[in-house]
Amino acid sequence: MATAHGATHDHSHDDHHTPTGWRRFVYSTNHKDIGTMYLVFAIFAALIGAGFSVIMRLELMSPGVQFFNGPDGTPNGHLWNTVVTAHGLIMVFFVVMPALIGGFGNWFVPLMIGAPDMAFPRMNNISFWLLPPAFILLLMSALIGGGVGTGWTIYPPLTIQQGAGMDLAIFSLHIAGASSILGAINFITTILNMRAPGMTLHRMPLFAWSILVTAFLLLLALPVLAGAITMLLTDRNFGTHFFDPAGGGDPTLFLHLFWFFGHPEVYIMILPAFGIVSHIISTFSKKPIFGYLGMAYAMVAIGVVGFVVWAHHMYTVGMDVDTRAYFVAATMVIAVPTGVKIFSWIATMWGGSIRLEVPMLWAIGFIFLFTVGGVTGVVLANAGVDYALHNTYYVIAHFHYVLSLGAVFGMFAGFYYWFGKMCGRQYPEWAGQVHFWTTFIGVNLTFFPMHFSGLAGMPRHYVDYPDAMSHWNYVSSMGAFLSFGSTIFWLIFVVFGTLMYGRKVGANYWGEGATTLEWTVDSPPPFHTFEELPHISPTAHH
Amino acid sequence: MIGKRVLGIFGALSAIAALGVASSASAQPVIGIPHEWQMDFPASYTPLMAKVAELHDILLVIITVISVFVLFLLLYAMWRFHASRNATATVTTHNTFLEIAWTIIPILILVVIAIPSFRLLYYGDKITDAAFTIKVTGHQWYWSYAYPDQGNFTVESRILSEADRVKMKPNQPRMLAVDEEMVIPKGANIRIIGTAADSMHGWTVPGFGIKKTVIPGRLNEGWINVRDEGYYFGQCSQICGNMHSYMPIAVRVVSQAEFDKWVEQKKKSAGLLPATDVASATTPANR
Repeated sequence: MATAHGATHDHSHDDHHTPTGWRRFVYSTNHKDIGTMYLVFAIFAALIGAGFSVIMRLELMSPGVQFFNGPDGTPNGHLWNTVVTAHGLIMVFFVVMPALIGGFGNWFVPLMIGAPDMAFPRMNNISFWLLPPAFILLLMSALIGGGVGTGWTIYPPLTIQQGAGMDLAIFSLHIAGASSILGAINFITTILNMRAPGMTLHRMPLFAWSILVTAFLLLLALPVLAGAITMLLTDRNFGTHFFDPAGGGDPTLFLHLFWFFGHPEVYIMILPAFGIVSHIISTFSKKPIFGYLGMAYAMVAIGVVGFVVWAHHMYTVGMDVDTRAYFVAATMVIAVPTGVKIFSWIATMWGGSIRLEVPMLWAIGFIFLFTVGGVTGVVLANAGVDYALHNTYYVIAHFHYVLSLGAVFGMFAGFYYWFGKMCGRQYPEWAGQVHFWTTFIGVNLTFFPMHFSGLAGMPRHYVDYPDAMSHWNYVSSMGAFLSFGSTIFWLIFVVFGTLMYGRKVGANYWGEGATTLEWTVDSPPPFHTFEELPHISPTAHH
Repeated sequence: MIGKRVLGIFGALSAIAALGVASSASAQPVIGIPHEWQMDFPASYTPLMAKVAELHDILLVIITVISVFVLFLLLYAMWRFHASRNATATVTTHNTFLEIAWTIIPILILVVIAIPSFRLLYYGDKITDAAFTIKVTGHQWYWSYAYPDQGNFTVESRILSEADRVKMKPNQPRMLAVDEEMVIPKGANIRIIGTAADSMHGWTVPGFGIKKTVIPGRLNEGWINVRDEGYYFGQCSQICGNMHSYMPIAVRVVSQAEFDKWVEQKKKSAGLLPATDVASATTPANR
């Protein structure tokens, strides 16, 4: 199919019609425009999600309740829970996934595998355009019926007790899930069928591998979430009792279903970052990636094992002890392929000719911070120790090290690596450096002290804490403000600054180390790329 | 329920009794609270927590060594192989020995972790020779503690308002002090059975090494054995709605003699049974 398209250059003038104005985006079937829309959407959602976290850190900056008091002066814990829930759901479903999968995936999977576009361009359009209504529903859910104050894990019976906003949140997740499933189908089909001649799976760039594995995880995990929240919906509105013990149901069933989705979901968020970081480390070390096959299959292994470890989120709910022992063992196994990746990245740098430009800083920062988040994951994997740490700030620290510092560092690394490719202009190096260092210091100030708060026993989802816990919380808040300031700096000086004043760049502005196909097309690439399919020689490296 | 009503009738009387308990309660020191700039687990108040802390100490060493090792390799590579020092990159992309090593060594480390981890898991799971059982029930938003082996009276435990705390228990921290603690004798194995009435809740005390998510319709079992007399505090550890932040867990650990006295008093004020019927109340048949 792809070959035929490339060969029929002459009579395909309709394909060259470039729609303008709002039609270009609303009707878009172009993977680059859709990728851009995903990225803009993710940035917009990120500002709202990060704004919520700043509100949270303002409240937690000092003991007592400052901002979350009801009209009668008593603490409004439900409003607090609503903000926490919105922060979590927005960051997971409307920031990390759209940016890494929808944004960078759409932009660079077709470019990297030498395909003219995605396999199903119109489905690509609906994948994106399902997201804004889902996001609007989620925002409305925080405002209607008192909001959804359940945490992003939406456990019943608390979710059964919520007002009408809960139904909106459920619909929102249904729609966002449908969007992701359609996207996943599109990526799998594209990657399996539309690689350029000569590009076998074992010659495919690692970012495409990461998106392929991610897409399979999405395809298998999201329907389980959809089923679980549908049952939640009927429990709430139609008198079923799937999760209500009074009718023979069991809340624990929801936990199993949720985490059967939820654990693969955390790998869905991090795997694309793995792919991005691999390319950046290779490019800026001027070396091909070390242990390519090991890197690709480590991601496959993480994806497969990621499906059989879900109940380590539920050690405390009273599962049989042998079951817990299994989940301890299975969870620890994940450390092995992850370790392979960490050491292969370092080995890629080893013997290289390293340039410490901004994307490389983010990538190296990613490796270290992901390691820190990873090793605290090994601590939490031990059920015995987890009893002391479950639902404390230690867990918050752990998953923000792998997500806020892992996935987000991967996002910024990819942004700095590819922004010139996407818009044709290069960011100012000084601004990128300032952004990196302020964020690096800010996020570590924010999240490292949370390990201490957690060990001291501070539970999550708390609007207030005993006075003795105020010091580390104060430090965390300062870090959060610095990180947020850094993000605003990035938006103004890097994003808008580059778009308006950035230096124009050519096809391959990173030079020798950048070997994948996206560096063979102009910056920005023409509306349609690879009408003549590139041929990949057997000696080409990844 | 009946107990509650009786309490209502003798409201004034029981209030006086409660004050009496409160004043005698100050005999126990306040131990299990967070400390300023605390960076580690609290002290281990139970044998289970001692083992948790022991494993965590091992883990902390291992993860610190790994993190520092990775950091060192990264910094060294950034310096040694910087373009200014190393203009020409090698093309090495494989090293079978290294690749096997960094697969096998992590597996060995994990095995080293797994052995004490499983031992701890099974040790903490349940106790077969418990002195008695306490049934913990999470409510929105307070805890209740039933003592089935002592005649099945129930204690309800609610957070003290700030004004009441200052008045009644000024030496206990804000957000943690409650009107009535769960009272247990020191040095006894006590089985904890947890459930919830409405939403999930999380019963835990840092330094006890136990955390039980309590769920409507389910029983969740664990055990504690607290070494020293004193007050110990935890906080609800499963999001449960509006007042999630305000349903602390407070445990008062007393001597066996004081515990027996407290039980007598509770039974009496609950109107459970006359003093002569104590013996039958402690037989298993009444559980």
